[in-house]
Amino acid sequence: MTATLETRAPRRRRLGRLSESRNGLGFLFMLPAAVFLLFFLTYPLGLGVWLGFTDSKIGRPGVFIGLENYRWLFDDPVFWLTVFNTIFYTVFASIAKFALGLWLALLLNRHLPFKNFFRAVILLPWVVPTVLSAMAFWWIFDSQFSIISWSLMRLGVIDQPINFLGDPWNARWSVIAANIWRGIPFVAISLLAGLQTIPQSLNEAAAIDGATSWQRFTKVTLPLLTPIIAVVMTFSVLFTFTDFQLIYVLTRGGPVNATHLMATLSFQRAIPGGQLGEGAAIAVAMIPFLLAAILFSFFGLQRRRWQQGND
Amino acid sequence: MTIDRRTLLKGTAAMAAAGALIGPFGARRAAAQAAAPAGAAMFTPEEGASLRLLRWVPFVKGEEEAWNANTQAFTEATGVAVTIDQESWEDVRPKAAVAANVGTGPDMVMSWFDDPFQYPDKLVEVTDLCTMLAERHGGFYEGLAAYGQQDGKWISTPLCAIGNAICYRDSHVKAAGFNEFPRDTEGFLKLCQALKEKGTPAGFPHGKAVGDGNNYAHWLLWSHGGQTVNEAGEVVINSPETAAAIEYAKQLYATFIPGTESWLDINNNRAFLAGEVSLTANGVSLYYAAMKDPALKAIADDIRTVNLPVGPVGQPVELAQTSTVSIFSHCKFPNAAKAYLEFMFRSENMNRWIEAASAYCCQSLREFEANPVWTSNPIHAPYAKASESLRVNGYAGPLGPASAGAMADYVLVDMFAEAVTGQRSTEDAIANAERRLQRYYR
Repeated sequence: MTATLETRAPRRRRLGRLSESRNGLGFLFMLPAAVFLLFFLTYPLGLGVWLGFTDSKIGRPGVFIGLENYRWLFDDPVFWLTVFNTIFYTVFASIAKFALGLWLALLLNRHLPFKNFFRAVILLPWVVPTVLSAMAFWWIFDSQFSIISWSLMRLGVIDQPINFLGDPWNARWSVIAANIWRGIPFVAISLLAGLQTIPQSLNEAAAIDGATSWQRFTKVTLPLLTPIIAVVMTFSVLFTFTDFQLIYVLTRGGPVNATHLMATLSFQRAIPGGQLGEGAAIAVAMIPFLLAAILFSFFGLQRRRWQQGND
Repeated sequence: MTIDRRTLLKGTAAMAAAGALIGPFGARRAAAQAAAPAGAAMFTPEEGASLRLLRWVPFVKGEEEAWNANTQAFTEATGVAVTIDQESWEDVRPKAAVAANVGTGPDMVMSWFDDPFQYPDKLVEVTDLCTMLAERHGGFYEGLAAYGQQDGKWISTPLCAIGNAICYRDSHVKAAGFNEFPRDTEGFLKLCQALKEKGTPAGFPHGKAVGDGNNYAHWLLWSHGGQTVNEAGEVVINSPETAAAIEYAKQLYATFIPGTESWLDINNNRAFLAGEVSLTANGVSLYYAAMKDPALKAIADDIRTVNLPVGPVGQPVELAQTSTVSIFSHCKFPNAAKAYLEFMFRSENMNRWIEAASAYCCQSLREFEANPVWTSNPIHAPYAKASESLRVNGYAGPLGPASAGAMADYVLVDMFAEAVTGQRSTEDAIANAERRLQRYYR
């Protein structure tokens, strides 16, 4: 018993010293988050990277094969098509979401009647589960039963249904449209929050100095909104680049892989196809693009020095 | 899902209703039951055994009820509780693979196609069970047997094939000038051309339809003598037969309703039931969807079914979806699992299940060809031949991760879609498919 007490006492002392030290306490507070990150982010990411260097299949561990998966993907036109699709999808959807989201945010920032009601309604596309909204778009873009085709045929504009998801380019623009519809609320509400932090007095002062509304927007509102734009667009680009559900429900990557994104191709080859190693390699191949998007956002858009008046 | 009293009551009620409907067969079944080899059970469940089965989500309610009722009867007869978990079709593969790999989870899995070949060394050998079933029930069909055997050893028990047949509108086919449905691919093309001229076109999916898309693509290839690989697993898709299949597919595609490049599994059903297409290929569920809706009675009455036409190879060849039941080697009660399967395959139980599935599930053992479900409605007849005419996935190569991966990656579906839509020439589409197949069969 004495021995036990003796071993416990130094341990308590060490803990006591750790908790009294500023750095030690900081370490203790950070420990749960670090453990969480280690197990749920670092480990899966590390495992994914490792799997990309193996020929693992579902149900079989596989062996290290170096860069073989990447070499195969480098020569695989389907993979390059998905890279193109993903970049195309991300660029156009993100630009449209930003433009429309900003426009909506500016509108909602005005003193409109039923302002709160509109703000709540605007969130609906974001709140509805993606699978549900994708199902709705599935019907909207159906090759036989599309409401758009039906309306245009009734109006005499077209004489046969539009092949929304059957033609490669139609399909690309259709899935982008669905993504924009779903993503606008996130951008709009976030930018609206940013707009509300801009003191009204700055705009008023600019107006007194004779600035037009366009000048007030470009010289006052936009520069002050840039930090929030950087964050919002980083997230928006990441969400768009890694989109899966919308494509999976609408086209599963068809027609003829015209809407396959890297995320959907990775899933198709890794899980139903059983080629875990190759699927992981595709997923890993997304990382440089995502990092580039993040770096562009932080170093290109945030422009901290400029905001601090040093530029 | 655990079989509880409520499930049993529901199942029993459904069976009673089915029994009332089938009349004379019910009497035969009772006789068969009396003669069933109750005492000939080969497997004695371990003391205190319980089982967990992972199965695909049922497509037909009656099938689920009959399976559950049979399971309950097994539990009552042996005291072995059986828990049944359900997963959507595409989720069964990864879940079962993880269970096999980790060595925990369900004791048995009812899976699709070549899944057992993904983890054959993690399965209990069932040669004794399958040999006994084959002897008792007239033998397994060749195609289905291939899905259960590896190197002469049974690794899984073939359960059923999901039949696929051409569903067409009789009045539209007659209006197009065909009193008899063509039995060969040439006649079939002429019919589709005539249907298009009449404004009542056909439609088959060229999109990423897991079931219907793969069924159609494999039929196109095989009916013209093409193969993805040979017996040794060497890629042989680049052949004149494949080119001929693609040229034929192009001609057929020209007769289709626009938009089939985007069709997923449900689209052909929807278009058919809406009267937009007059002909497609599907499971019997299409007919029953029309039957159940009073608004679609006219369509239901007009539906006829027939097997897919025979191509230059001179015999019917199709890729029917198949299901097997595997026992994991981590199962603590392998004898109980075998006893369960033996029980489910007993004549009276299997007949009850096949009948309740309303022609959706085609038997794996020849004895059940005599099940009255196949003659109770002429619509069912083509689906009875699914097990007979099916070819294994990746014919004529070995089953395994390569064949499974090639199908899941839509290699054939993409090859035909690329060519018929003009995105690639026939030669380029074949070359692309060849390249992708070589990757899987390396």
